[in-house]
Amino acid sequence: MSTGHNDNEIISKVLSGDQQAYATLVNRYQSYVFTLTLRFTKNREDAEEVAQDIFIKAYRALADFKGNSKFSTWLYTIVNNTCITFLRKKRLEIHSLDKEGVFEVADSMDSGFRANMVEQKSKVAMVNNAIGLLSPDDAEIITLFYKSEQSLEEIAQILGLETNTAKVRLHRARTRLKEKMEKHFSEEVKDIYP
Amino acid sequence: MNENYKNSPLGAGGTEERLWNYIDGTSSADEKLVIEKLLQENAEWREKYRELLEVNSMLRSIELEEPSMRFTKNVMEGIAKLQIAPATKSYINKKIIWGIGIFFITLVVGFLVYGFGQVDWTAKGDTKIPIDLGKVDYSKFFNNTYVNVFMMINVVLGLFLLDRYLANKRKQFREEA
Repeated sequence: MSTGHNDNEIISKVLSGDQQAYATLVNRYQSYVFTLTLRFTKNREDAEEVAQDIFIKAYRALADFKGNSKFSTWLYTIVNNTCITFLRKKRLEIHSLDKEGVFEVADSMDSGFRANMVEQKSKVAMVNNAIGLLSPDDAEIITLFYKSEQSLEEIAQILGLETNTAKVRLHRARTRLKEKMEKHFSEEVKDIYP
Repeated sequence: MNENYKNSPLGAGGTEERLWNYIDGTSSADEKLVIEKLLQENAEWREKYRELLEVNSMLRSIELEEPSMRFTKNVMEGIAKLQIAPATKSYINKKIIWGIGIFFITLVVGFLVYGFGQVDWTAKGDTKIPIDLGKVDYSKFFNNTYVNVFMMINVVLGLFLLDRYLANKRKQFREEA
């Protein structure tokens, strides 16, 4: 992610009036932001709309980025807040214990899901699909830790938590992911750790 | 070395958590030594470690999702007519915030001083308080519309702050649960 100009140089350019330079930042982070929004929305159309909204918000607020943290950490804070607002609007209960049920139902209703699994037998596809069955906050913390190059301290900053709380949340998310894999993909899991 | 570690059954008492910390590299130096010894001596721990390592490696290999080809173009069109908002710091002056705070604190202190000034501290009585609360003429204190409005605003602000405080507590409690 550090190819070409670094983020701070691009931000300086944008702040001094070169609006087109912002496209470099969008290109650099679009997959990360889109993956995170997809974890929340579970739907590509909504995810794309929310992700675009996030980049527009970030552009408007760019003067507030002071460079005290990585640009990505600052951007993911906007992702987290925007996605939570999106879920609230959709009236999905983020912290409710019922969330398990909500996603189980979504899982069983998705007729293409199993077919997709037959086509994509790889471990990677299985993990991606298992993450799709997690609650948004579990899926988000796993994505931030494993794909978005964020340390536990940075994740804590993004989610507005203490570092230890973020650590515990990550452990619990991984435990729940493992349970999902064992429950929904038992055959594939047997090949990995019998 | 604590021998109890050897006897702790797998799956209980945060064994997985300790192994995850070891895998993530966040264990303390002492804990690292304990776990390394356990991994050498205990087949169950080794098995669990292998299992978690496999999950960890799979998680490292997860793929990012790609948005549509038009994504960047859409964002650039979206920001074309927008201006970057001025930094928050540039229009929020801390001195003004402090000024407003000091103004309200002064008003509250002024009311308290005025209120206590109305009390007849020289009234006689051994154990009785010097004022009869039942006979206090409250209209003396609240005889002005502006004062009433001010007090009402304070009450609303107080309730708002209490609500925020309780909401934060509830959030913390949920996170810890």
